[in-house]
Amino acid sequence: MIVGSVFDVGTFISELLRTYPFFIKAAIITIQLTAASVFIGTGIGIIFALLKLSPMRVFRVIANTYITIIRGTPLIVQIFALFYGFSQIIMLSAFWSAALALAVHNSAYIAEIFRGAIQSIDKGQAEAGRSLGMSEGLTMRRIIMPQAMRRAVPPLGNQFIIGLKDSSLAAFVAVDELFRTAQGIAAGTYNTMETYIIVAVYYLLLVLVFTVIVNEVEKRMAKSEK
Amino acid sequence: MKEMIRVEKLNKSFGDLHVLKDIDLTVNESDVLCLIGASGSGKSTLLRCLNFLEIKDDGIVVFEGDQIEPKTHNLNEVRQKVGMVFQHFNLFPHKTVLENVTEAPLMVKKTDKATAEKEGKALLDKVGLGDKYDVYPSKLSGGQKQRVAIARALAMKPDIMLFDEPTSALDPELVGEVLETMKDLAKEGMTMIIVTHEMGFAKEVADYTIYMHDGRIVERGSSKELFDNPKEERTKEFLSKVL
Ligand SMILES: Nc1ncnc2c1ncn2[C@@H]1O[C@H](COP(=O)(O)OP(=O)(O)O)[C@@H](O)[C@H]1O
Ligand SMILES: [Mg+2]
Repeated sequence: MIVGSVFDVGTFISELLRTYPFFIKAAIITIQLTAASVFIGTGIGIIFALLKLSPMRVFRVIANTYITIIRGTPLIVQIFALFYGFSQIIMLSAFWSAALALAVHNSAYIAEIFRGAIQSIDKGQAEAGRSLGMSEGLTMRRIIMPQAMRRAVPPLGNQFIIGLKDSSLAAFVAVDELFRTAQGIAAGTYNTMETYIIVAVYYLLLVLVFTVIVNEVEKRMAKSEK
Repeated sequence: MKEMIRVEKLNKSFGDLHVLKDIDLTVNESDVLCLIGASGSGKSTLLRCLNFLEIKDDGIVVFEGDQIEPKTHNLNEVRQKVGMVFQHFNLFPHKTVLENVTEAPLMVKKTDKATAEKEGKALLDKVGLGDKYDVYPSKLSGGQKQRVAIARALAMKPDIMLFDEPTSALDPELVGEVLETMKDLAKEGMTMIIVTHEMGFAKEVADYTIYMHDGRIVERGSSKELFDNPKEERTKEFLSKVL
């Protein structure tokens, strides 16, 4: 006999109304976790994108190694490694060890997004900057990066959405975000199916809100350029 | 006559491809020099060696009396004095017309904003774009874009201007306005090296013209002489094709 696996609309609605205070609290933690990891991940990602584009071979090797390792290993392994490994050495809360693991994980993909965006900018742009006497760094900062940022917005938005959903894995190191909250409720009520559909709705809502924001940013950027 | 730029025995290869062969060249202050020659003959590479976007393999480049070597000179400082205008304009699409012009003075020379804008506007007025300060480049015609690019280069107050086929990407009806702007510059005494296929312009405006073929300077002389009375067979052949 399977207990609690049959979906019941009445239970779904009553559970939705009963559990929203817990889920709203958890959603805030999910948003914080995603925001922190995306913010830090973008910073690390830009650094590795620049390393990968460096004329110095050693920097390119470092960047490639980093990206290969991070993209080639499961996120859950990275989260556990950081939580059970590093956080024993440097005191790190569950939240921050998960946020850092997510940031590192995202950064490898974000690095590739920025590398692609930077490389897609016409070579003539850098030449124009250099011909005016601008240094390589200044040209990157003032001419190439602002244009690359605009091109990076759509794939970055996509990556942030993946990051938002991936943050659910933080549940396994006891961060009280959406998914762990759902696990707790399901275990307590045996309303398994209803509870996980409720949490799916919360994730979907967050993703939709975020998609609207990304589209708005894209529109504004397009307006200022064209 | 003050010497502005001198090149001796300059050679440049890309891999196995020997693109510039023993180029000798002297340009004095206020000279206007046109470089002509078939596509692939090395004209762009020569210009780019003069502002060090490409670095020569051997030979010397003397700019305003200084022999410039990448090891001993800050090339960014040299480039401030060598303006360049590109075939495809290369305007900064994320900046307005005025921002395009003020970017380098603000960021490189640290000119204060009020001065940079005042000078930038004056330059844009001069090239006939006084009503376009706040427009983005994508809203401009090709001829307007190229005039912005000229103003942008002039904003650094260069001692010499290099033009690499400045009108080749333009619709025929827009070529004239850019050539006019360049003519005005020449009249003011700007030192200019121009790669062009506009033979009429070269003959009228350039003091000297150089014909290049296959990485070598085949013939040089006053523009009148070179166009009316070319000495080398290759030059004659080229001119008969393009005139
Ligand atoms: N960066 C480069 N790498 C390899 N080959 C190049 C490069 N730039 C130019 N060349 C080659 O050098 C030759 C001369 O090119 P270029 O100076 O652009 O000629 P032009 O401007 O007279 O058409 C051409 O064969 C071109 O393909
Ligand atoms: Mg060329």
